[in-house]
Amino acid sequence: MNVPDNLRYTKDHEWVRLEGEFAFEGLTDYAQSQLADIVTFELKPVGSKFKKNEIFGSVEAVKAVADLYMVVGGEIVEVNQKIMNTPETVNQDPYGEGWIIKVKMDNPDEYNESLTPDDYKKLIAEQS
Amino acid sequence: MVKKTAIYDGHKKLGAKIVEFAGFLMPLQYKNGIFSEVKRVRQTVGLFDVSHMGEVEIKGKGALEFIDYITINDASQLEEYQVQYSAMCYDNGGIVDDLLVYRLPDRYLLVVNASNTDKDFEWILKNKRGEVEISNISDSITQLAIQGPVAEKVIQKLTALVLTNLDFYWSTETKVSGKDCILSRTGYTGEDGFEIYVKNESGTKLWNDVLNSGREFNIEPVGLGSRDLLRLEMKYCLYGNDIDKTTTPLEAGLSWITKLEKENFIGKEALLKQKEEGIKRKLVCFEMLEKGMPRHHYEIFVKEKKVGFVTSGNFSPSINKFIGLGYIDKPFHKSDTEIFIDIRDVKKKAVVVKAPFYKNASHK
Repeated sequence: MNVPDNLRYTKDHEWVRLEGEFAFEGLTDYAQSQLADIVTFELKPVGSKFKKNEIFGSVEAVKAVADLYMVVGGEIVEVNQKIMNTPETVNQDPYGEGWIIKVKMDNPDEYNESLTPDDYKKLIAEQS
Repeated sequence: MVKKTAIYDGHKKLGAKIVEFAGFLMPLQYKNGIFSEVKRVRQTVGLFDVSHMGEVEIKGKGALEFIDYITINDASQLEEYQVQYSAMCYDNGGIVDDLLVYRLPDRYLLVVNASNTDKDFEWILKNKRGEVEISNISDSITQLAIQGPVAEKVIQKLTALVLTNLDFYWSTETKVSGKDCILSRTGYTGEDGFEIYVKNESGTKLWNDVLNSGREFNIEPVGLGSRDLLRLEMKYCLYGNDIDKTTTPLEAGLSWITKLEKENFIGKEALLKQKEEGIKRKLVCFEMLEKGMPRHHYEIFVKEKKVGFVTSGNFSPSINKFIGLGYIDKPFHKSDTEIFIDIRDVKKKAVVVKAPFYKNASHK
């Protein structure tokens, strides 16, 4: 499984990447592989505000449905339209074109509470 | 102990995602994903390793009479090399398994679901009567399924037999790719296609030769994920989802294989009684009118009343809709009835439709 070194992760198999005051969040390679072909996303609209770990949407795939959790709290400032129109983008490129939301962070410290790549690698090794 | 098919290493080499299913390590999908594999089978041809399926051989003078007693279809109608879709029932009419019965010159072959092989074999032994010899040969057999509108062209290159002479639900014993096999024009996809049974030691060669032969038609290996979708699009029942010991063939829409006029078979009395009293629910097809994935065990409503439950559901890449099967109480089972599926506490609108979902399959 691909676990890039420049990202942080959660036990719910999401990743987060910082860009200034913004955070990009998505599903990991492990997550997309477990879900199999992704069919649709249901996401809260731009402008919604959530705390860390709150549910901001769900993903439906052939093998399972899963809730999506905020890795860091804040306001959703952008939803990736590409994955709304072609959800398979997340299967094909989970860390790149397949990002899910862009968040304006309330508290950048929350980023540091997420899992390091090594911690996440250990987690998926235990689960698979 | 979890089992591997003879082609396991081949699957790994092709980048398969392996999952455990019915005690076997099986390919769920290969690199291009499940929807792409469904399209491949609908458009040209795909190759499945279905060696997890069980095979029970029945020989002896009393074989036909015995099979007629344990199965619900009329095995006495079978001609040599003909194949029949059938099922075994319990005394109460619940389903033990659905299966294929092959009538071969010197024996019968029952092909059963992988998840039920041991249970079925025990059931068959328990009900043994007459002069019969019963053997479970599942572990020695590799089964491949070549499915899709150009399947015949792929297999024709590998055998001297003229395949246009092999009709739907007929079989033969021949050589494919130089290997002795049972070859039948059967499948679980709705497309034209073949199933081939060979000894395990011939499995890998046959697998590779079929892939090579199919290259000009863009053949792809396809896994259990697409197999489940392809059968769902045709409303073919999956044991454990749509049928099981709590459902009867009459409820499941399998009355066409339930020959109640047969003299005697296990489950006959219960099924006759159910037919006389009338079934109370029916397995039907539905399409979602609102976006949402129906899944096994979700509840079905009409207005505020619970009228049934989902047995299978998925997104159909062939018709671009969310589809499902479920048992619905009469009279809400009728086509065009508006129903609601409780999807994670939200009731989403759906409509009962006629089978199959996919109407352009090359074999209907």
